[in-house]
Amino acid sequence: MANLKNVTKKTKAQAMGMHSEVLTGRTQQKFFNPDEAENFYYFGTYDVDFNKRTDLDVKNMTAAEANKELDNLMSQGYGTIVIKNPQGKHSLGVGILNKLNLIFEGSLGYFGMGSSDGPIVRINGRVGWSCAENLMAGKVVIEKNAGSCFGAAIRGGDLICKGSVGARTGIDMKGGTIIIGGDAGAFTGFMMQRGRIIILGDVGINLGDSMYDGTIFVGGEIGSYGSDAVDSELTQSDQDWLRRKLRVAEIGENFDVSKMKKIVAGKKLWNYDNLEPAEKKGAI
Amino acid sequence: MCGIAGLIHRGKSSNVGHELQGMLQALKHRGEDSTGYALYGDTDGKNFIMRFKVGENVGEGSTSVAEDVSVYDERKKIVDSYLAEMGAKIIKEERILPYSLRYEIEYNKKDLLEFSQKIESIPGVEILSMGKSLEVIKDLGNAKMVCDRYNLDKLVGTHAIGHARMATESGVDIKSAHPFWGYPFSDVSVVHNGQLTNYWNNRRALENKGMRFMSECDSELIAVYLAEKMRDGASLEEGMKESLTGLDGVFTYFVATKDSLGMAKDTMAAKPLVLYESDDLVAMGSEEIAIRSILPQEIDTYDPFDGEVKVWQI
Repeated sequence: MANLKNVTKKTKAQAMGMHSEVLTGRTQQKFFNPDEAENFYYFGTYDVDFNKRTDLDVKNMTAAEANKELDNLMSQGYGTIVIKNPQGKHSLGVGILNKLNLIFEGSLGYFGMGSSDGPIVRINGRVGWSCAENLMAGKVVIEKNAGSCFGAAIRGGDLICKGSVGARTGIDMKGGTIIIGGDAGAFTGFMMQRGRIIILGDVGINLGDSMYDGTIFVGGEIGSYGSDAVDSELTQSDQDWLRRKLRVAEIGENFDVSKMKKIVAGKKLWNYDNLEPAEKKGAI
Repeated sequence: MCGIAGLIHRGKSSNVGHELQGMLQALKHRGEDSTGYALYGDTDGKNFIMRFKVGENVGEGSTSVAEDVSVYDERKKIVDSYLAEMGAKIIKEERILPYSLRYEIEYNKKDLLEFSQKIESIPGVEILSMGKSLEVIKDLGNAKMVCDRYNLDKLVGTHAIGHARMATESGVDIKSAHPFWGYPFSDVSVVHNGQLTNYWNNRRALENKGMRFMSECDSELIAVYLAEKMRDGASLEEGMKESLTGLDGVFTYFVATKDSLGMAKDTMAAKPLVLYESDDLVAMGSEEIAIRSILPQEIDTYDPFDGEVKVWQI
């Protein structure tokens, strides 16, 4: 595990409660060097033209066939693709690593839009479990409800559900923003490490259980708080950010953000100062 | 893993055998060790329908020991003689497979406990269901295979629940397959997806109260648990609500009676369930594709929350 140290000088993000630690370990130094980002290349990405549009009817396709055809269309430069008749199929739209304007005319099953980095997606239906898991960047908007594990382990991007979501929303998330227009189930924000979750409706039991960091904003009632989840003061900076975010997400128009509750990690469960067992041995 | 599906038509009947087959076949990737149907057919309500088995399916990866068909014949003879002894008259008899039978019985006593105990005292005989509307059909293989084997495609009724099983806690055999009959209550059946961690504690306590278990499948506990609550005067919904704390583990289960269908989800919401609800139809399944198999058009569905219990009437 990378070393984590509290810092006294706060950045703007830290002032807003997004996170309060800096990563100083080898992983951070090796893989997240901004100077090297210019040289980074994703295999299997395409330069697409948003003005080049096509439809794809996946009614009689398997998920693998549909995803392969989607890849084929992107390779031809199509930047706006409308998927017809998804009919609750699993794993549609996974692994898209370039910019793309993708529209689903219907509902998705499990793992829809998983492991994506960059696309702008609108789903005119419902999504099943683990929608947009591991999202790195981009925007995914769901017009109806979503299943459990919504936005599990996302690193970035905006994930918006205009309806209600199941349990464990934002579990293990490490960045990005999840916005819920309706209610959310139990264990929302379970073990989240960074990022923000906004819930305009009610939320179930064990909210933010064992969260390391990050922030959860709730507009309605809270079933119960999880271990180490505590209330925090909603600042003016938070309210400005919430208004802007909701406006961009086209959700919660006229919602009074000043009455929202802000939940953060109490950090009583933190033990980052303890050495890993292997490192302890070395020290001895 | 396992997959469950259920539907209830409100105010009308439909081809529920065909519909449930489609829903369960869509879930076959969740397990096809065995598939079971609990179908509530349109009947005149006069006679009992008893589905029972006199042996196991020993093909298709079964963990059961092969027996000669003559053993099944002998067991059937004893069942027939016991029925006559108890004053139950066989109106219609169907032997669908050598080990699987369907009887229509004229029987006037309300208490099925003594009846069931007598029949099941014959080694190798198990009543799969007993009711005036309910028929439980379960066997090894996926939904299509079982449907074809038992000619379920044409069955018309009001509601149904079913289960596609990946065997984890117990053997690949019919006795461990779902749905489970809510013995000894007429027309009660249960399907379950999940694991119950206080199975043995509950089982011992229920057996001490005179309840019967036929398998070592943890899911059977739900049927017995609810049956015991109803025996003590609780309504179905009350029993289901009590099960949220009485049963430990992760579960989503459906329970059906002659005129209702219910669902319960554990307080951790660890097992999936997608629900579609309209004025004339409720359909639910472990995955949305199950519902899509009967409603391909765009519909509104949602996931029930943790600790939720719902019951619908026909």
